[in-house]
Amino acid sequence: MNRPEKLIEGDIRLDGRRPDELRPIKIKVGALNRADGSCYLELGGNKVMAAVYGPREVHPRHMAKSTSAVVRYRYSMASFSVEERKRPGPDRRSIEVSKVSREALEPVIFEEYFPRSAIDIFVEVLQADAGTRTAGINAASIALADAGIPMKSLVSSCAVGKVDDTLVLDLNKDEDNYGQADMPVAMTPDGNITLLQMDGHLTRDEFREALEMAKGACTTIYELQRAALVEKYSSQMEGGDVIE
Amino acid sequence: MSLSDEVMTELRKDYIYNLMVKGEREDGRAFDQYREITIDTNVIERAEGSARVQLGDTLLVVGVKIQPGAPFPDTPDQGVIITNLELIPLASPVFEAGPPREDAIELARVVDRGVRESGAIDLSKLCITPGEKVWMVFIDVHVLDDGGNIMDAAALGAIASLLTAKVPAKRFNIGEEDMDVPMRDVPVSITAVDIGGTIMLDPSLDEESIAGTKLTVTSNQEGAISAMQKSGVHPLTTEQISYIVDIAIDKAKEIREKFLVI
Repeated sequence: MNRPEKLIEGDIRLDGRRPDELRPIKIKVGALNRADGSCYLELGGNKVMAAVYGPREVHPRHMAKSTSAVVRYRYSMASFSVEERKRPGPDRRSIEVSKVSREALEPVIFEEYFPRSAIDIFVEVLQADAGTRTAGINAASIALADAGIPMKSLVSSCAVGKVDDTLVLDLNKDEDNYGQADMPVAMTPDGNITLLQMDGHLTRDEFREALEMAKGACTTIYELQRAALVEKYSSQMEGGDVIE
Repeated sequence: MSLSDEVMTELRKDYIYNLMVKGEREDGRAFDQYREITIDTNVIERAEGSARVQLGDTLLVVGVKIQPGAPFPDTPDQGVIITNLELIPLASPVFEAGPPREDAIELARVVDRGVRESGAIDLSKLCITPGEKVWMVFIDVHVLDDGGNIMDAAALGAIASLLTAKVPAKRFNIGEEDMDVPMRDVPVSITAVDIGGTIMLDPSLDEESIAGTKLTVTSNQEGAISAMQKSGVHPLTTEQISYIVDIAIDKAKEIREKFLVI
C-alpha cells in the first residue's frame, strides 16, 4: 500500500479518530484455564493474549535468584498476525520488545516475596495493527493481577506519535508506517515511567507534549484495566458489593 | 547471580551512593561530564569505513562494509542499513560466547535507530537499480573492552565510520569512482543513569551496574530527538526524563562539534 496523501485532515485521522482519541479497547480477564492468570485484550485491530505462570520453580535452575523471583517475559507474534507471513520464533525485534516489556512490569511486582522462583509472562500477538507491545503490556499487567501476583499497582501503556506534524495518540498501522515519530510509553498510575522508547523526529517541546498526552491516555487505560478486574472478581463474591 | 556477587553489588552501590551525596563520582568527574573521548578513523583498511573509539575505559572498533544487494520489497529504491553488535567474551568476564543476547540486541537496535531515524544517511542515493540492486551498509560494532556506556561509544563509532566511509563502486564495477556515503545528519547518543535520584551522564562500569535504569537520547544536528530508549527496571519520573532530554541535546551538540565535524 502506498502512503495516503494525508494522514490527518482537519483534526480527523484516517480511521475517523481525533488526535487524542484511543482506539476501542476490549478486555477479558481470565480467558485461559491452564494459566495461573490470563487476559485477552483487543486494541483496535490488535488481538493479544497474555498468560502468567508462577511463582513456580525456575528452569533452568541456574537462572534462579537467591533474593528474589526471576521475571521472564516472552513476546511472540503469530506467523499469521501480519500481512506478510512472519517466520515463527523469536527475532531480534521480539527479543528487544520482550526485554523492555519485562522492564516495564518488573518495578510493580514484589519480586522479593518469591526468592528462587520464576514468574513467567507470555504474550502472544494473534493479530497486529501497530501498538502490539503496548497492548501486550496492558494485557500482561492484568494477567499478573489475575494470577494473584502481589503488585504495587497495575501498569498501563500507550503510544504517542507524530503524523503530518500533528501529535496523535495510539498510532494505527498506516500512521506507524508513514508517520514521523512513534513513542511507546508505559507508566504506573502515580506517573512513574516504566517504559520509554522513541524513534523518528520530535522537538523538545513536541516531546514534552507527547509525554503529557501519553500520561492522559495511560490514566484512561488504567481505569479500563481496573474495571475489567473489578468486574471479574466482584461477581465471584457471593452477593457482595464491589470493594473499592 | 551468586550471593557473593549480590553482596558486592550492594557494597559498590553504597560506595557510589555515598560519593553521590557529596556531589562526587568515583573518577572525580562532574555529573554531566563525559570521560575522555578518542576517535581514530580508518583504522581498518579492509573496511569501507572504520573507527576506534576509546571512551574512558571502554574500547571498541566499528567497521562499515558496503556491498551491493537486494533492497527490501517495501523500499525498492532505498539502500539498506544493517547494524550488528556482539558482546564477545574477550571484552568482559561476564560476556559469554554464543548468539547475541537481549542486551547486545538492544544495543545494536538503538545504535541502528539513531542512524536510521535521524535520516543520517540519504538512502535514496544508495539505489543502484530500483527494485533490484542497492548498496547495503553493514555497521558492525566490535566491543573489545567493557568499561561502561558501550551504547554511546558504539553510536559515536558508527557515525564516525560512516562519515569517513567510501562506497566501493569501482571494485564492484558499478561506477568509475568510489563515492562518499551520502550523509545528511550527524546524530549523537547521550546516555544518562539515575543513581539515588541524581542524574549522571556517561556511566562508568560500576555506575552502570548499580544504576537501575539508563536513558539514551539520540539527537540530530538541529537539536531534535531522533531516538530514545529507556533500559532497565527502575522507573523514571517525567521531570527526570525532561531534564535528561535537555542536557542530552546540549551535550550531543558539544560532542558533535568537537569530534564529528563533517
